[in-house]
Amino acid sequence: MSVIIEILSWILILSGGAFAIIGALGSLRFPDFWSRLHAASVTDSAGMILLLAGLCLQSGFTLITVKLILIGVFLFITGPTSTHAVANAALVSKIFANPKAAKGSAKKGDT
Amino acid sequence: MRSLLTVLALFALWLLMSGIYKPLIVALGLISAIVCVWVVRRMDDAADSERLVVNIKPVEMIKYLGWLMVEIAKANWAVTKVILSPKMQMNSKLFRVQHTQKTDLGQAIFANSITLTPGTVSVEVERDHFLVHALCYTDGDTAAIADMDARVTKTEAA
Repeated sequence: MSVIIEILSWILILSGGAFAIIGALGSLRFPDFWSRLHAASVTDSAGMILLLAGLCLQSGFTLITVKLILIGVFLFITGPTSTHAVANAALVSKIFANPKAAKGSAKKGDT
Repeated sequence: MRSLLTVLALFALWLLMSGIYKPLIVALGLISAIVCVWVVRRMDDAADSERLVVNIKPVEMIKYLGWLMVEIAKANWAVTKVILSPKMQMNSKLFRVQHTQKTDLGQAIFANSITLTPGTVSVEVERDHFLVHALCYTDGDTAAIADMDARVTKTEAA
């Protein structure tokens, strides 16, 4: 039984780490600010959730698991909020590295 | 009554966080929980005593969170494929999304859900719509986000 949990937890931890690396890779490869924002959110969601789930399985039924779950809950709320803050700041300061996106919808002058 | 419950909740949280159950330490934790609530009450008197009202159906919310997890997994996979493909085909677009939530909290949940799924970021919140930026915009996206909007609205209690 403990072997199964061990294997499962390492699968989760390794795949979470892989998603974190993929997110970082995307932030380097993508051409402009907006697409990089999307790449970073892979690290934010999949990487974070899988890593924390794997660590929860490692620690079993202890106080550490409670703390890990609390960290997950807070990241679940604060992660998108901070991403939104960054995106909104970019919109307000009119960063449109991708000219197509700028032409498509930046006509709203009321921001 | 409300303050007593808050003290109890804070103290329970403190117990979970600390894990040390010596009498002195536990007493200090209880005192800090009480002082915390006392300070907040004083601030209520001094400031606008604004309260966060949580109008949410718990069962619907749990169902929604389960659905959201599946959506996050799917979206993650889609964005991962774009990152790892050599050509990196993307079609980024900024578009408007109507929202039908009545409460501020519902709108915050909807906007955060949009941002939490990789590939879409809510950029601006207006009175009746959000500005959403998508990495790979397809015609189905508007319908998918409208579906999410309906699901968030369903979790709101009237």
